[in-house]
Amino acid sequence: MNSTELELLKIIADMDGTPEGAYNIRANSGLTDRRVTENIDIKTKTDKSGIDIIIKPGTKGEKVHIPVIISESGLTENVYNDFIIGENADVEIVAGCGIHNCGDGESRHDGIHSFFVGKNARVRYVEKHFGGGDGNGERNMNPTTVVNIAEGGYMEMETTQIEGIDSTKRVTKARLADNATLVIKEKLMTHGSQRAETDFTVDLDGENSSANVISRSVAKENSYQLFISKINGNNICNGHTECDAIIMDNAHVSAVPEITANHIDASLIHEAAIGKIAGEQLIKLMTLGLTEQEAEEQIVNGFLK
Amino acid sequence: MLELKNICFSAENDDGTKEILKNINLKIDTGFVVITGPNGGGKSTLAKIISGIIKPTSGQILLDGEDITELSVTDRAKRGISFAFQQPVRFKGITVHDLISLAAGKKIGITEACDYLSQVGLCARDYINREVNASLSGGELKRIEIATVLARSTKVSIFDEPEAGIDLWSFNSLIKVFEKMHSTLGGSIIIISHQERILNIADRIVVVSAGNIKSIGTKEEILPDLLGTADRGCKALAASAEV
Repeated sequence: MNSTELELLKIIADMDGTPEGAYNIRANSGLTDRRVTENIDIKTKTDKSGIDIIIKPGTKGEKVHIPVIISESGLTENVYNDFIIGENADVEIVAGCGIHNCGDGESRHDGIHSFFVGKNARVRYVEKHFGGGDGNGERNMNPTTVVNIAEGGYMEMETTQIEGIDSTKRVTKARLADNATLVIKEKLMTHGSQRAETDFTVDLDGENSSANVISRSVAKENSYQLFISKINGNNICNGHTECDAIIMDNAHVSAVPEITANHIDASLIHEAAIGKIAGEQLIKLMTLGLTEQEAEEQIVNGFLK
Repeated sequence: MLELKNICFSAENDDGTKEILKNINLKIDTGFVVITGPNGGGKSTLAKIISGIIKPTSGQILLDGEDITELSVTDRAKRGISFAFQQPVRFKGITVHDLISLAAGKKIGITEACDYLSQVGLCARDYINREVNASLSGGELKRIEIATVLARSTKVSIFDEPEAGIDLWSFNSLIKVFEKMHSTLGGSIIIISHQERILNIADRIVVVSAGNIKSIGTKEEILPDLLGTADRGCKALAASAEV
């Protein structure tokens, strides 16, 4: 692996050398390295591109890293990854995709991740997207995530896209059984003429299921963001969706929260706020000796932290 | 030394131009200066003019002989002017520790940051990692605001009504904070206040009313008159109530 690829791995998966636990590194549409453990198996799919990650019931405290990197210009791929998390397991999965494009061709990674979270299992899923390289070719990513959480299961999903992705369309669909919980935290920053669309649909099917979908984003320059968040309360349940966006320069941001109660005891809340950085925030930091630009950076970094 | 020369400030409103400050001349040496006077008299405007948040319509501001009238808020901050807002600003995502570090101008450790918070009467460990957002009460924000000025420890510190929102129990420690600043820092501490107990620790009191400096003097010279006026006002009210 060359230095560019190692750098990408560091950014998207916090990987410095070989990680602990199970891992699968995919580079330029091929398998580069893999390790399985006693409790975590990773298998290459035979019918299509992608892998199955199978976590044994009762596995506790283990991590799986499954980074994907593309450093060849003009490479496009479509990947299907399935995650089967056994009952009562408690694990962390670090995914992430980095594109380094120095050429003129479009580099694109489209992935469909399907999660089957078993009864009373807990999973924390972290996904970072990053694009680099100075070529004119676009760096595009379109992740689809399908989540099924069985009774008493818990999933926390943290997605971050801070830099360098020209176009992204993120689709997330989740279905929750009794007492299941889903927490989604999205962080997004767009600049230049980038476009980012997010579309969450959560079906709270189970009794006492709950979902919290939180998005924080910053749109700079001429970029465009669309945030769609639908929560359907089909049982006694709690749903909350929140979108908070800072708009700068000539950017455009749309927030479209939609909550539907199909049950008398469904309790659903949506909040959405879009606004520029308040002048008094800048002034306060300037009275501490920061320049206007430094103040802006601090506010944006804090907001997306 | 801070010097204001012929400072005027007027603002546009629906009824035309309103003069907020009318030819203010003031020299501020080291020590405690408390600016007081009725609401709407121009005190906060004066503080904002010193810190550079608003520019005077005319006049000059000198800091140690240097004309800083045209300097930005940032440049004045770098030259040693600090300002505690009357209504502190909230930031989503920025923690109390971050804000105090920014104020100190360097990454400071938890122990040092906690020390500033303890001085303003906050149980530091509970606050250090909290965000400076809507989850903090007005009084908590106000104390954090004062802590940021302590962390800066510059030659000119301006506090705009620091007592507002601070409960009686914490008020004593607030006075101690100012006294300690006075003894350790040795710079100019300018406090805008209506509080008699803050007026009592002043080396000099400046009374600003209707855009003018009405009087300047030691507390011995100013306080009897100020309180006496209040007293007469009360007697007058009482008299009218008896009728």
